[in-house]
Amino acid sequence: MSTVYIMWLRQLKRYFRSKPRMIGSLGQPLIFLLAFGFGFGKIYSQSGRGDYLQFLAPGVISMAILFTSVFAGIEIIWDRQFGFLKETLVAPVPRLHIMIGRTLGGATVALFQGVIVFGLACLFGFRPELKALPLTLVFMFLIAVLFTAFGTALASQLNDMQSFPLIMNFLVMPLFFLSGAMFPLEGLPRGMALVTALNPLSYGVDGLRMSLGLASFYGWGLDLAVLSLSSAFLLVVGGYLFSKIQI
Amino acid sequence: MPKPIIEVENLTKKFGDFTAVNGISFTVEKGCVFGFLGPNGAGKTTSIKMLTTLLKPTSGRVLLDGHDPAADQAGVRRTFGIVFQDPSLDDELTAWENMEFHGVLYKVPAALRKKRIEELLKVVELWDRRGDLVKQFSGGMKRRLEIARGLLHHPLILFLDEPTVGLDPQTRNHIWSYIKNLNRREGITVFFTTHYMEEAERVADQVTIIDHGRILARGTPAALKKKARAKSLEQAFIRLTGHSLRDEEASDIEHLRMARKMWRR
Repeated sequence: MSTVYIMWLRQLKRYFRSKPRMIGSLGQPLIFLLAFGFGFGKIYSQSGRGDYLQFLAPGVISMAILFTSVFAGIEIIWDRQFGFLKETLVAPVPRLHIMIGRTLGGATVALFQGVIVFGLACLFGFRPELKALPLTLVFMFLIAVLFTAFGTALASQLNDMQSFPLIMNFLVMPLFFLSGAMFPLEGLPRGMALVTALNPLSYGVDGLRMSLGLASFYGWGLDLAVLSLSSAFLLVVGGYLFSKIQI
Repeated sequence: MPKPIIEVENLTKKFGDFTAVNGISFTVEKGCVFGFLGPNGAGKTTSIKMLTTLLKPTSGRVLLDGHDPAADQAGVRRTFGIVFQDPSLDDELTAWENMEFHGVLYKVPAALRKKRIEELLKVVELWDRRGDLVKQFSGGMKRRLEIARGLLHHPLILFLDEPTVGLDPQTRNHIWSYIKNLNRREGITVFFTTHYMEEAERVADQVTIIDHGRILARGTPAALKKKARAKSLEQAFIRLTGHSLRDEEASDIEHLRMARKMWRR
């Protein structure tokens, strides 16, 4: 437990000391809210589906969490480059605990970021139902855990930042755009429906929408199950990959 | 006779077809200050990495206080503290936080941790800077902090990979006298590599000279000098390895090693 705690604490301290990072990561969600929320909003409402911002906001909150999480996971590459990873690796603690601590730390940071974006969205006119707010936070946290674990497991296998654009363009961007964050999942062409159904973020966005009083596509039970099971799976995989790291 | 605390048997590490460490065997007695000497690229760091579970040997066996890294990594990890050749601190944390992180990771009880952190930071003269972020520290200060950190959990063995590189003579003396003191008082076994032969001659009880991944000679500094008919250990070292320290060649080998690592993926 103490290992998990100290790894978590470290991530938090690093995050709150880096103001540029905090502010910088708000830029993208802000642009999405403005450009899409107000830009596409009209077309969306003309098609008779109501206010696009109400639909989009949970997607943008998910996006903020997704990006922050994956980045937090990938931070391990910095640890490798600056040598700190060695300090963790020679410590007599189970690799799974290191993995869990790192993941929870990154996930807490991402959750925090998500809450800020939530607040920003409300400023722009997002008016969700807040009856199930605890469930909203659960979904936000699960998305954060899932993708921090994903980023961490992935980055444990990388030696330097050169693969970073690859991850951004071929993993993170598709994860976001093919998740139903931007568009409704109903009535998609079959191929697209399959792709979105295979994307765990779809369930996160769906669950988040449901908890905020919007319609759910998969149902919250399935959403919760997919998110928790894939998180647990990635944590174990990450723990295993950690035990295989050689420097 | 007591069992040696470090036992190495036929230890080999290959990177592709490059053999960094080639079947070395040696033992280190408990409480000994053991110098592992060799030019750059001789295989010292690779050996230390294999001894400290960071790298898996291609073949051969290591035992640290009876624990085998192949079977019981956590057991091995509990026995030692290590100061790496390159920095391994978290720059975004303060000196004190780096120590605290280490102490918690090694499960040093809170009260003892506090006391020991204070004691060690005072020894390395960083107590007044304990609240400063490590990124504001000079190279020497970082090194001192790493040494303090490596000692925090009362390890049986302290590995020091080039611990005094880049430090001024005062700091070097200071650190060595502290390590010697600790070695006498707490019986910590010290395994170090260095380029400073006069340093090795002064502090080491036993030295082993390695080059091209093979052990060339071992014994007390006095015995080695006698064997090489040299006045100083430095002279003995040069006679045994056939040359002086080879910085450039070594970095070539490092490059080769890096390139191999990349291509293997």
